[in-house]
Amino acid sequence: MGSATSELPVRRTPLADAAETGLKIVIVGGFGVGKTTLVRSVSEIRPLNTEEVMTQAGVGVDETRGVAAKTTTTVAFDFGRISLNERMVLYLFGAPGQERFWFLWDRLFSGTLGAVVLVDTRRMDDSWYAIDRLEHHKTPFVVAVNRFDDDTRRYSLDEIRQALALPSHVPMIDCDARVRQSGKEVLITLVDHLYELAMAQETTP
Amino acid sequence: MRKPVDTGDPDRLYTVTGGRSRADDAFDLVTLVVSECEPSAGMQSEHARILDLCRHPTAVVEIAAELKLPITVVRILLGDLLAMGRITARHPRAAQSVASLPDSALLKEVLHGLRNL
Repeated sequence: MGSATSELPVRRTPLADAAETGLKIVIVGGFGVGKTTLVRSVSEIRPLNTEEVMTQAGVGVDETRGVAAKTTTTVAFDFGRISLNERMVLYLFGAPGQERFWFLWDRLFSGTLGAVVLVDTRRMDDSWYAIDRLEHHKTPFVVAVNRFDDDTRRYSLDEIRQALALPSHVPMIDCDARVRQSGKEVLITLVDHLYELAMAQETTP
Repeated sequence: MRKPVDTGDPDRLYTVTGGRSRADDAFDLVTLVVSECEPSAGMQSEHARILDLCRHPTAVVEIAAELKLPITVVRILLGDLLAMGRITARHPRAAQSVASLPDSALLKEVLHGLRNL
């Protein structure tokens, strides 16, 4: 509980008074893959941190055994925001990919536009689970490969696609999470993908 | 649909929520909240802070970060304020659900916004 930290003593730039539509995009990836860095590079505010709590009972394990049987889990996540125009504001969430987090997916991220799976080629195993869970939740996503300075092996996107057993319709993109323009392109790749999916759905009777 | 909440710091949260543990799930993480009145003397301090914070539209998740409280607790507090008519809530478009895509017109606007960053 004490870990609900946001270190912003000063008042942030407020949203426009006409702001009426909040939107969500989730960036999923293992520890240290650069989620917060990506959020920071494109966000108009310094990333903030918040948390949600749940009990085992809350995830449907056992609701009858009472308080003693409950264990509490806290899931913390970062977020930033982008004002798209006077009315629309996009929130970017950096979410941990670990198992317990997915129990909270529906409560936190239902209605999300889509997701970015951020991949570190040195720890590709971390991405498997996230991809599996996103498919399970039917959340459209793209895969962005964060190219770290010491990523000397430089697997090609094709090699990574094979390693992740990623279907060909899922877009992939290289990025440098530290660079604003690069982070922007990742988001545009995702929304482009979503747009095409939506167009296909709308033109299919 | 109401869900239970439990937390690692029951004492403080019991005080904040008056012992309640069920949140108003109508409040999405990105529901934008706007104050409809000024904080007043004698008001619960968390309520007053929310009213102060939401002079301009502020998302639920930003309120939670600012108050250093879990999302569920903030949803409870916002439910109180909404019931008292002290805030209004601008919810995300209702058509969005886990498995359905937003319409292409909305996405086009998002793309336009991103490209202009």
